[in-house]
Amino acid sequence: MSPDVLKLIFGRLTFESLPLHEPIVVATFAVVATGGLVMLAGLTYFRLWGYLWSEWFTSVDHKRIGIMYMILGIVMLLRGFADALMMRLQQALAFGGSEGYLNAHHYDQVFTAHGVIMIFFVAMPLVTGLMNFVVPLQIGARDVSFPFLNNFSFWMTVGGAVLVMASLFIGEFARTGWLAYPPLSNIGYSPDVGVDYYIWGLQVAGVGTTLSGINLICTIVKLRCPGMTMMRMPVFTWTALCTNVLIVASFPVLTVVLALLSLDRYVGTNFFTNDFGGSPMMYVNLIWIWGHPEVYILVLPAFGIFSEVTSTFSGKRLFGYTSMVYATVVITILSYLVWLHHFFTMGSGASVNSFFGITTMIISIPTGAKMFNWLFTMYRGRIRFELPMMWTIAFMLTFVLGGMTGVLLAVPPADFVLHNSLFLIAHFHNVIIGGVVFGAFAGIGYWFPKAFGFKLDPFWGKLSFWFWVTGFYLAFMPLYVLGLMGVTRRLRVFDDPSLQIWFIVAGIGAFLVFLGILSMLMQFAVSFLRREQLKDVTGDPWDARTLEWATSSPPPAYNFAFTPVVHDNDAWWDMKRRGYQRPLLGFKPIHMPSSTGTGIILAGFATAMGFGLIWYIWWLAAASFIAMLAVGIGHTFNYHRDFDIPADDVIRTEDARTKLLAGAK
Amino acid sequence: MSGLLRRSYPLAPQRKLILTRLGPVSRLKILALLPLAVALSGCNYVVLAPAGDIAAQQRDLVIISTVLMLLIVVPVMALTVLFAWRYRQSNTEARYEPEWDHSTSLELVIWSAPLLIIVCLGALTWMGTHLLDPYRTLGRIHADRAVDQSKAPLEVDVVALDWKWLFIYPDYGIATVNDLAAPVDRPINFHITASSVMNSFYIPALAGQIYAMPGMETKLHAVVNQAGTYRGFSANYSGAGFSGMHFNFQGLDDKGFDAWIANAKSGGGSLGRAEYLQLEKPSQNEPVRRYGTVDSDLYRLILNMCVETGKMCQSEMMAIDAKGGLGHEGLNNTLPLAYDKYARRGTALGPEPAFVAGTCTPDAPQGKTTASIAAPVDTAPLLGAGLKRPTFTPLKSSSFFLGQRPKSDS
Repeated sequence: MSPDVLKLIFGRLTFESLPLHEPIVVATFAVVATGGLVMLAGLTYFRLWGYLWSEWFTSVDHKRIGIMYMILGIVMLLRGFADALMMRLQQALAFGGSEGYLNAHHYDQVFTAHGVIMIFFVAMPLVTGLMNFVVPLQIGARDVSFPFLNNFSFWMTVGGAVLVMASLFIGEFARTGWLAYPPLSNIGYSPDVGVDYYIWGLQVAGVGTTLSGINLICTIVKLRCPGMTMMRMPVFTWTALCTNVLIVASFPVLTVVLALLSLDRYVGTNFFTNDFGGSPMMYVNLIWIWGHPEVYILVLPAFGIFSEVTSTFSGKRLFGYTSMVYATVVITILSYLVWLHHFFTMGSGASVNSFFGITTMIISIPTGAKMFNWLFTMYRGRIRFELPMMWTIAFMLTFVLGGMTGVLLAVPPADFVLHNSLFLIAHFHNVIIGGVVFGAFAGIGYWFPKAFGFKLDPFWGKLSFWFWVTGFYLAFMPLYVLGLMGVTRRLRVFDDPSLQIWFIVAGIGAFLVFLGILSMLMQFAVSFLRREQLKDVTGDPWDARTLEWATSSPPPAYNFAFTPVVHDNDAWWDMKRRGYQRPLLGFKPIHMPSSTGTGIILAGFATAMGFGLIWYIWWLAAASFIAMLAVGIGHTFNYHRDFDIPADDVIRTEDARTKLLAGAK
Repeated sequence: MSGLLRRSYPLAPQRKLILTRLGPVSRLKILALLPLAVALSGCNYVVLAPAGDIAAQQRDLVIISTVLMLLIVVPVMALTVLFAWRYRQSNTEARYEPEWDHSTSLELVIWSAPLLIIVCLGALTWMGTHLLDPYRTLGRIHADRAVDQSKAPLEVDVVALDWKWLFIYPDYGIATVNDLAAPVDRPINFHITASSVMNSFYIPALAGQIYAMPGMETKLHAVVNQAGTYRGFSANYSGAGFSGMHFNFQGLDDKGFDAWIANAKSGGGSLGRAEYLQLEKPSQNEPVRRYGTVDSDLYRLILNMCVETGKMCQSEMMAIDAKGGLGHEGLNNTLPLAYDKYARRGTALGPEPAFVAGTCTPDAPQGKTTASIAAPVDTAPLLGAGLKRPTFTPLKSSSFFLGQRPKSDS
C-alpha cells in the first residue's frame, strides 16, 4: 500500500511506534498480557461475563460504582508505584559515573507517568469512590441524583486511565513532568505522541470528574433525608460537598488550559509558545489555578474520613462540629487564593509573592483548628485501636510535619532556596501520603464491612500499616535532608558520591512501602477467604454513629426500606440511644433507576476518539465523535430508565435481615 | 545562629567516610537523629551553610520560620501521643465523656494559637520577601558590611541553553560556557534568560533560585562572601540533558578574578551571532568553554529572540503593537516572528516551518522574490498610528522594555 494510504488509515502510528526494541517494556507487556489473558480466560471459564456486564459494568447503583472506582484506584496504584520503584532504583544506582539503568528517554517518562497516574488515576478514584459509596448512605438517599451520569463518569475516568496505560505499549508517554509546562510540552520541543497521550488521557477523565462533581453536589443538596439540615450533615458529607464544589469550579480550568495547549499543538495557535507573543507563564498560572484546589479536592474528603473515624473509635461526639464545618468551608474558599505559591521563583515581585505566601499560611489556621478538633475528640474518649484509627493517628503525626514544611515553603525567600528541590518532593509526599493515602486506607478499612458484609483481616492490615508507615518515613525523610543539601528534583544521574547513601535509604523505604502494598493485597485475599469468620451481620460492626450503619451490610440495592428521619448530628447514634426499632411491616414497592450500557459505550467511543486524535487517525476520531453523538441522542429515546422493586422483594430482603439479626443475638 | 551553622564548605570527603564506615543500624540511628544531625554536621548542607549573604539571610528565615512553627507542632504531636495513650480503651481509669463536644474557651484557643503564629510568620514573610526580593539591589554585602559604593557591581548575563549555561560578562567582553566566577564581596547583578525552554538558575551557596525563561528577563542580585568553588545548576526540569546542566561557581579574591578574566580573554575564540546559533543547538554534558571576545549586542538579541538575521526582535514587535499594531497587513510579519514553534532549532524534528503570509519564503523573508504580490487595494497609511512599514533588520538602538538594560540608560 502506498504510504499516503497507510497514513490515512493509521495516522502516525507505525510499527516503529511499538517499543519492541525495549526489553523492559516488552517484559512488562508480556506479564500484563499473560495476566490479562488468564483473567479473561477465567472470566470466560466461570461464565462471569454476563454477570459482570449486567451487575457491575452497566450498574447505576452508586455502591457498585463506588467499589469499581476503588478497584480502579488500587490497580492504578500498582502501576504508579512500579514507576516510583523504578525512579528510586535509578537514583540509588546512578552515582560515580554510572548512568543507572534508565536512559533519559525512559526516566523522564517514568517520573511524568508516576505523577499523572498517582494524582489522576489513584488518588482521585479512591476519593471519588469513597464519596460515591458513602455519601448517599450517609444522607439517607437511595442513590445519587443522576445515576446514569454516575456510571458514565466512572467509565470516562476508566477511559482516561486506559489511554495513559496504552502509552506504555503503543508509542510513549510525555517527558515533561506531570504538569507539562510549555514551551517544553509544545510541539516544537515535544513533537511525539507523549504529550498528546497526556492531554487526551486527562481530557477524557476530566469529563468524568467534572460530571461526577455536579452529580454529588446535586445529591447532597437535594437528596438529604427529612430532618437532615445542612448543619446536621455528617462531616464526611460536608467535606464531600466542598470537594465537589472545588471540582466543579476548578476542573473546567484544567479542561480549558489543556484545550489551549492542544490548539497550540494541533492547529498552530500561539497561546503558550515563545513566538508571536505567546506566554508560557500564562499556562503555569492557569494550570495551578486548577492544581492548587486539586490538592484540597484530594485532602478534604480525607479530613472527613478522619473525622468519622476519630469520633466512632473514640466512642464520642466529634469535638467542635460547627468549627469543623466552617474550617472546611474556609479552606475551600482560600484554596483559590494561593496558586502562585507554586512559582514564587518566576519573579512576580515582592508584593505579589508575599500576598500569596500569606494567604497560603492563613490556610494553616483552619487546618490547625481541624487538627485540634480531632485531638479533643480523642480527649476523654474510649479509643479502640482498630486499623482505621491507627491510620488516623499515623496521619495526625505525619500530616503536621508535612503541614509545617508546607508553611515553610510558603515563605517566599525560603522557597527560593527550597523550590523544586527534593525538600519539596518530600513535603508534598508527606501531605499526600500522610493525608490522602492514609485517609483512603482508613476509609477502606472503615467502610469495607459496610460494602461487603465482612471485616478486613486485622493481621495483614497491621502488617501493611507498619510497612507503609516506616517505609514512608524511610523513603521521604532522606529527601528532606537531600533538599537541604541543595539537591534538585527529576535528576537522573549524580556526581557527588556522598549523596548516594541517602538515596539508598530512600530506596529501602520505597521497598518497605512495596511490602505494605503487597500486604494490603494479601489482606484483601485473606479476608475474602476468611469471610465467614470475619462476617458482620449487624450492619454496625464498629458501634458507629452515622446513617450508613443503620442499614444492612452490604446494603440492599435500595439502601433503606424506609427513608430515615434524622433528629441529631450523629443520626444513627441518636437512633440507637433512643431505642430505635427496625420496621418489620408495611413495606412498599421502591422506585429505582435501571441499569444501562450507554455509559460504558459512550466512554468507549470517547477513548477511541482520544486515541485517534493522539495518532492523527482522523477518520477514527471523527467516526467515534459521530458515534458518541448518535449514542447520546439515541439514549434520550430510552424510556426504560426506571422500575419498581416489588414490595414482595423488599419484604423478602428485609425478612432475611431480620432473621440474620435474630441469629446474631 | 549564623555562627553556629556556618562551616567551611568543602568537607564532603570526610563525611562520606564516616557514613560508609557505619553499619546499617547506625545509619538508622542517624536517621532517627536527623534534626540533630542537621544542626551538628552542617558541612554538606549547603542550604543551611551557604557562602553568600543573600542565601544566609534566606537560611535564617528558614530556621526562624521552622522554630516558630515548632512552637505549635511539637505540642500537637505530644498531645496526640498523650491522648491516644491515655484514652485507650483498656485504660478504664481515664474519664469518659461521650457527649462532651463543645467548649467555647477551647475553641478560642485552637483558632487563636495558630492565628498568632501565622500573624508573626506573616509579618516576617512580608518583610523578608521585600528585603530579599531578587530584583532588589543589595544594601549590604554582609551582616556587618555595607556595599562599597566606589566599586561598580559585576554585571553577568546568564542564558540557559539546551543543556548548558552561557555566561556573558559585558563589562569585560568575555563569555563562558558552564563556568562562572565572581570576586568575593563584590555585588553581582545577574540578568537571566533562556534560549528555548524554562530553566531555573540556582547556586545554593550564593542565593535562591529564579526561573530562566525564553523571551523574558529575570534578575538576581547577590554577593559571595567566602572564596571557594560551589555548585550551580538548573533547578527546573528542561528535557533530556537536564541532569548534566550544572556548572561550577567560583568565589575568587580580586587578584584571582582578574587572572580568571585574563585567562578567558587569552583563551581566544569569539562569540558572535553565528557562533551562538551553533552553540545553542541541543547538547549534553558540555565541558567548560571560554570566549575571549563577545558580540556586545548578543545578549539583547538572545533576550529578544532575534539572533538569527531576518527575525524581528520582540522589542520591535512590542513597539509596533504598542502603537496600535499593523492590522491585516501585520500578517506579513509572521515569518520573522516564527522562532521555535515547529521544531527545536538545530534538529530535524518536526515539519518544515509554515507561515501565514503567502508572500514570504525562508529565503526571502521580505517577499522580494515573489512576483505575484498584489498591490494593496488601499494605499492609505497602515493601521498603527502612521508607523512606517517595519524593516526586518533588528534595530540596534531600540530599548523597549524587554530589551532595556539598566546600564545602557546612563
